[in-house]
Formats: sequence, structure tokens, C-alpha cells
Amino acid sequence: MGNHDENQHRQFRFTTQAFKKCALFSLAASAQSATNPQNCGTWGDVLNAQTHHAGSNVSLARRAWQIRRNALLMGEVQGQGYIGQALGSADTLATAYFHAMTYRADDPEWEGRDRFYLSIGHYAIALYAALIEAGILPEDEIPTYGMDDSRMPMSGMAAYTPGMEITGGSLGQGLGIAVGAAMGLKRKNNPAFVYNMLSDGELGEGSTWEAVMSAVQWKLDNLIAIVEFNNQQADGPSTKALAQVPEAAKWESFGWHAQSIDGNDLDALVAAFDTARNLDEPRPRVIICNTKMCKGVPFLETRESNHFIRVEADEWAKAIAILDEDKPE
Amino acid sequence: MTIGATSRRKSKYEPRKVPDQKLATSAMIASLDAEGRDTVAAPFGHALCDLAKTRDDIVGLSADLSKYTDLHVFANAYPDRFYQMGMAEQVLISAAAGLAREGFTPFATTYCVFASRRAYDFIIMAIAEENLPVKIVCGLPGLTTGYGPSHQATEDLAIFRGMPNMTIVDPCDATEIDQATRAIADFDGPVYMRLLRGNVPNVLGEYGYKFELGKAKLLQGGNDVLFISTGFMTMRTIDAAKALKADGVDCAILHVPTIKPLDVETIKAEAAKSGRLVVTAENHTIVGGLGEAVAGTLMRDGVHVPFKSIALPDEFLDAGALPTLHDQYGLSVNAITSRVKGWLDE
Repeated sequence: MGNHDENQHRQFRFTTQAFKKCALFSLAASAQSATNPQNCGTWGDVLNAQTHHAGSNVSLARRAWQIRRNALLMGEVQGQGYIGQALGSADTLATAYFHAMTYRADDPEWEGRDRFYLSIGHYAIALYAALIEAGILPEDEIPTYGMDDSRMPMSGMAAYTPGMEITGGSLGQGLGIAVGAAMGLKRKNNPAFVYNMLSDGELGEGSTWEAVMSAVQWKLDNLIAIVEFNNQQADGPSTKALAQVPEAAKWESFGWHAQSIDGNDLDALVAAFDTARNLDEPRPRVIICNTKMCKGVPFLETRESNHFIRVEADEWAKAIAILDEDKPE
Repeated sequence: MTIGATSRRKSKYEPRKVPDQKLATSAMIASLDAEGRDTVAAPFGHALCDLAKTRDDIVGLSADLSKYTDLHVFANAYPDRFYQMGMAEQVLISAAAGLAREGFTPFATTYCVFASRRAYDFIIMAIAEENLPVKIVCGLPGLTTGYGPSHQATEDLAIFRGMPNMTIVDPCDATEIDQATRAIADFDGPVYMRLLRGNVPNVLGEYGYKFELGKAKLLQGGNDVLFISTGFMTMRTIDAAKALKADGVDCAILHVPTIKPLDVETIKAEAAKSGRLVVTAENHTIVGGLGEAVAGTLMRDGVHVPFKSIALPDEFLDAGALPTLHDQYGLSVNAITSRVKGWLDE
């Protein structure tokens, strides 16, 4: 994770970029315009927002661990769930929510926030786990996961959950909506980023590629796509369907800046997010996160056919116990 | 060709003779025949430009059809507020949803066929489910082109009626398009509006008509027949009523521009007035449109009246000249009057 100085350096690089953009925004904010939204704030506000993550001196490894644990607790509530996906994407979500993104936990619709779009609606359990760790969702509602009247339904619904920006379920839609949001942010001179997390399966949907093309056309340098590439979809490996390795080359040929990394390596994730955020080029950027399903719980990692992994009733506690044996600082 | 007869496809291997009367196939370029009326050029585009003067939140998007949906008028006046999305209806709709999420009021245009078929899942999940104020305004409604089934949106009203939260408008003429564009811009929710483009006939101006979203309007009273019509078919029922009057048939006309939500109170109240044949008329298939909506509501509420519907058949329609097709499929004034007379004689 690097020492304290290194963390400070990363924060400084980010906030310099944010300040540049915010300065532009402040200039625009002073002009009379009906599209001027609530101010993203002053330079001081930006710094404060950056450190609004609950306990910002907690290590990323610990955050990712906590996300895994939250997800397992939710899976145990229902006795089922897309837990393989949650375990695999925990590192990516930790980096997004606890290193890269600007937001206010107590104000999930704060205009200055970075937007996080979960295009893969069935990864809701993973996002809930991150939102709980971020303090946007309350920990005491974990036992309501998937229940009637819950704020945490199995498939992500914007209307049900604070911090859930779009409604998922039908795949291949998020990137297109993110294109529109990124356009809208530019219209308002709002320096916030839009992150869209999509799966390798969604790379099959033509709508994804319409959005890929459109993002380049509109020079959306405030759009960051994150591809969760675990090479698993409902009927088998994504590379036996429509995904390819290397996937980055496809995106580059369309005009995106593309990075392909080990999505379970926190150092690699931090570097990739920083590169994506700080890239000073008028084009969108994608981080292809090659992840392992069920990462963090060895007996699940080796289980077969794990798109909707079968977990026996007593195995949830067993998985949590294994995590607890290796709790990071 | 017998008026009102449905088509039966000939074999493609059967040779054809050159017809005596050479009517041109109506492509997407032709406007709806003005039939001797005054016209107004691009009422939608001009109304949107007027709105844009005081509304910074309005933006326009099109999937390569701005020129054919009159959005080019807006695009030329406000180039920095227009987004050309290319031939990509799914990102057209998705991006409109994203813009709406960021506080804008997007007007997204394409043809009715492409919005209702290619983009449906995106409209329902990205826009309707979240009740976003996106206005989907589309050209070539129903049978307004002879280009063939790929461009004849015969079932779009049926498709969108099934969508919760969606408001559906089928305006009659230039006056209504202007007024409806303003009304839907003010409405805080998703709207699907059919559109006539180019030089659009102006009919309702002489009735002192005022469009109200969600309201049906009685244009004229009458004792023998109650026409319940929508879209440009109200122009046709107005003319049919004049022709029938000459034959001693007295027709009322209830214009229903908002298909969803349906103004059931007004429809029931008018239909319940006894002694009249109720005839619905729409530029849409008999399946799932205005006729079935009205029939359903009357039956459920116990209003049992003589009831007939003028609509397109449940078929893929022919390609050819629009006047021929309108006669063939029962939408022309002649077709309407002869069918109504036949029903009254039953």
C-alpha cells in the first residue's frame, strides 16, 4: 500500500488535477447561467471532500477485506447470491471508493461527487458492501439484504438505494447513460468524473459499443470505464462468447486510453486509477481489471461453474472465519 | 383496389404491368398531403427553438435523423446544444437518460419504428423506470410513408402503452404540435410524442384549439355518430364529418391527442350519450391502440354502446404511394365515410 508519504503524494497529484478543473468551474460559476448547478465548492471543499472517506488512514487492503466480509454476511442472509463476483471485485471497489473517488457519505447526491454507475446490476451485493464501508449505507441493514421492503434488493435499483446511481439488471446500458452524464457534467463545467463499472459479458452487447464510439466522438475525458474481466458469464467463459484477450486493444482501436491490469493487485489498481484520472488527453479512459472470481476465499475460488456460485448453508460462516484469520492492518 | 380491402402479397416472380396512373412511392421526404389546407413549416423545430430561448436545460439529440424530424431547425439555431449521436438509437436514448440525470431536459429524435423497436429496453429501463424527463419525439408515425414495413410504425402506440410511467401524445396538426411541444417540455416525466414533419397541415387553428396534456377535446357535437380520433386521423374525421353531413349523418368529433394516460372521464361521458354509433379512428394497427383502449375502458365501466374501429390491419403493410395505401387500408376520407355508412345501415 505504500507509506504515509506516498499516500500524501497521490492525494496531492489528484487534488492538483481537481483544482485545475474546479478553477475552471469556479470561473464558469461566476457567470450568470441557468445551467449553473449547486457549486462544487471551493478549493477547501475539494480537499475536505477528498478526506471525507470514513477514516481515511485505513489501508486499502483493510477496506477490500471489509467489503468481502460485508458481502459474505449479505450472502449468508439470503443463502445465495452473486458472491463470487463480490469477492472478485472487492479490490476494484476499494480502490474506487477509498482512493480515487470524491464524494460525501452523508450526501450521496452532492453535486460535486464523482458518479459511480454500476452497469452490472447483479454486482449490487458488491456495491452495497462498499457503500456500507463508505458509510453511505448503514451496517445494521445488512440483515435486510434481498428481503421484502429492503433498500438492498438483489439487482441494483436507483430508486431503492442511496448511492445506487442507475438501475441495472438489463446489461449493457450503463455506459451509454454514463456518456450522457459525462456530457451533462461538461455542460455544467462540473469537474467530477463518471465511473461506469461493466462486466466482460456486457462487452457482447452492441449498446456497449455504441457508447464506446460516442464517448470518443464527444471527447469525454471525464468518463472512466472499469471492466470487471473475470472471464465468466452465465453460459461459460466470456472469451468463448464475444470477449477477447487482449480486450484493451479493442478499446484503443476505438480511440480510448486503455489499461489492462491484475484487478486483485491493489498497487496496480491504485496506479491505474491515478493514470486514468490524471491523463491529460481529450478522450475517455478504460481500466480492464482482470479478476478472479471468489478471490479471498480459497475453497470457493476452486469451485466449478461459479457464475451463480452454490454455497452451502454452513459455508458462509466458514468463509468469514477464513477471512478473519487474515485481517489486514 | 377495393376501399378498405387488406393486401395479399403477390408472388415476387409474378411480372407486373406499368400502371396507368403513375403515383410515386412516398419516401420519408414527403410530408403528409395537405389536402388543400394551409401548412406550417417544421412546427416542432420552431417551437423547440422558441422554448430554448428561456430554457437553458433544453438539449436536443438525434440518431442521424435531425433533418427528418425537424430537429435540424434547433440544431442550426443552437449548435452547442445539439448532439449528433449517429445511427445508434440505444446510445441516443441512454445518453438522453444520462443528461436528464444531470438536470437537463433532452429532446431525442428518431423515427417511430426505431424508438419503439430498437430502443425499447433502454427507454423502459433507463428512462421510464426512473421517471426521467426525456422527450422522445419521432417521425413517420403509423402509415405516413410508402417505404414499407421497416419504416411504417404500425404498432408503436401498442408498444408504448404497455410501458408504465410513459406519457404518449399523437398530435393532429401544426397547431397541436406547437402547443404539445411546449406542454411536454413543462411536464416532469418521460413522454413519447409522434410527429408530423416538414410542411404540416394546420386545421385546429380555426377551432380555437388549446392542447392540454391528458385531455380529450370535443371539437364538435353531433347526434348520429361519435368519432373518437387521434393524430392526423382527426383531420380525416373532420372531413368525413362534412361529407357525411351532406348525406344527413350528424357527427360529433372527440379528439384524443393523449393516448396515455387516456382521458377516460371525457370519453365515457361522451360515449354514454345515447343514440350514437361510436367510431374510433387511428393511424395505427387495430391491435392495442386507441380503439382497444377505448373499448376496454367502456366495457369495464359498463358503457355498452354500438362500437366500431377504424385502424390499420394486423398485417405488414404494402410499399407504394401513400394516397393509394390510405385508401387501401381504410384511412382515407372516402374509406371512412363509406364504412360509417355501411355500419349505420347494419
